Amino acid sequence: MANYPSDLKYTKDHEWVRVNGNTAVVGITDHAQMQLGDVVYVELPKVGDTFEASDPFGSIESVKAVSEAFAPLSGKVTKVNEEMDSSPELVNEEPYGDGWLIELELSNSKELDGLLSASQYEEYLKEEGSE
Amino acid sequence: MARRTPLNEAHRRLGGRMVDFAGWDMPVQYTSVIGEHEAVRTAVGLFDVSHMGEIEFSGPGALETANKLITNDLSKCADGQAVYAGLLNEQGGFVDDVVAYRFSPERILVVVNASNKDKDFAWMQARAEGVKPVDRSDDYAQIAVQGPKAVALVKRMTPADLSNVGTYRFTEGPVAGVQCIISRTGYTGEDGFELYCAPGDAEKLWEALLKEGQQDGVKPCGLGARDSLRTEMKYALYGNDIDDTHTALEAGLGWICKLDKAGGFIGREALAKQKAEGVKRKLVGFELTGAGIPRHGYPILKDGQRVGEVTSGTMGPSLKKSIGIGYVPAELAAEGSTFEVEIRGRAVPAVVVKTPFWKKS
Repeated sequence: MANYPSDLKYTKDHEWVRVNGNTAVVGITDHAQMQLGDVVYVELPKVGDTFEASDPFGSIESVKAVSEAFAPLSGKVTKVNEEMDSSPELVNEEPYGDGWLIELELSNSKELDGLLSASQYEEYLKEEGSE
Repeated sequence: MARRTPLNEAHRRLGGRMVDFAGWDMPVQYTSVIGEHEAVRTAVGLFDVSHMGEIEFSGPGALETANKLITNDLSKCADGQAVYAGLLNEQGGFVDDVVAYRFSPERILVVVNASNKDKDFAWMQARAEGVKPVDRSDDYAQIAVQGPKAVALVKRMTPADLSNVGTYRFTEGPVAGVQCIISRTGYTGEDGFELYCAPGDAEKLWEALLKEGQQDGVKPCGLGARDSLRTEMKYALYGNDIDDTHTALEAGLGWICKLDKAGGFIGREALAKQKAEGVKRKLVGFELTGAGIPRHGYPILKDGQRVGEVTSGTMGPSLKKSIGIGYVPAELAAEGSTFEVEIRGRAVPAVVVKTPFWKKS
């Protein structure tokens, strides 16, 4: 069964967010990595790039297909996971750990209110009929 | 409502992730595309390919009738031999690519892509001179058993003598007590068989193969691995690498088009003309030398100008390289030629390489 840690926030685009003060680490959920299958390539932005909430910020590719990753919040990229170049499979293996994608410096912390809790996200997946 | 093969319940029990493929509810993977791909390269994998269509020509004149529709030459085959062939339109483009089985001059079975079956059957009905084609698709299930351990696995399960069933040869006999056409063919680049049986027997055969294959590390494999395996071999996929607008010569499939065969075939004149005038674009295999993965539909660029298009691409699980197939102008088709693939606005360098990409060690 898929796992959704309760200390994270989630989006309907299947990203998770770990908020720490004014920064947030972003990755894709266990559900998303299972749907994608074996991740073989991850394309991430550069440190300093800025995104509005819901902008595509990168691409995650499985053997078969390309999926976009969407910024859960507006902000500036302060870190990207350099491990993704050599070990994209970390997205499958540790989606909430070493498989993180980027860290953002938030430009509008009010947007946090629009994110889902773990239980709300699980409820959303049920409604989608995808779990 | 997507159609279901006789193995649909078996796929669901095995945890297959089901997707719609050409109107069929098929497993794209069970556990992992890469794991299933590796099982086929190193051990043995099973694929349900019951969605494929089978069209039969039967009776006096069957061979002559079928032979005028396909590009390859069944008259040069022995009974018990199969050929890869095209069905072409008048312009030399593909209606479909098929495998034609010669049981005898009076019985030919043409196996077609699921996505094209209805189109192919109507096309054959309109053009067959002699015997009438019969759609036998509902009479056959098909299981592909592929990998270095596939031949020994099937041999353990049948009393049929397979010693003379070489590549593109077939015989008939029971496998696990299920009457089958046992064909030494496949779409993976590995040795193995494709087994055709009655739909009602398919689950019995599938379960028996899984059980007997346990000692070999057999895995059920989905369409995802089927696609990555065939891409590593540069085997064409209809709708991606071949279609009705690119000719057989452009696709590099001139070898299946017997321009000199008695009676000719539909599309022959267009190919003969193109051959005389020179082929101006060609399907090539390439590796990306920059970061990214080429995908179907991505533009191929040379000096900033769009000169072609990617038809298939993936990260080759056995190659651990990003590979692609695409049409380029003939002057860029030689091994070592370089161009760029446009990936999300970036021009990523690529080089034409020898194919198949994957070669058995």
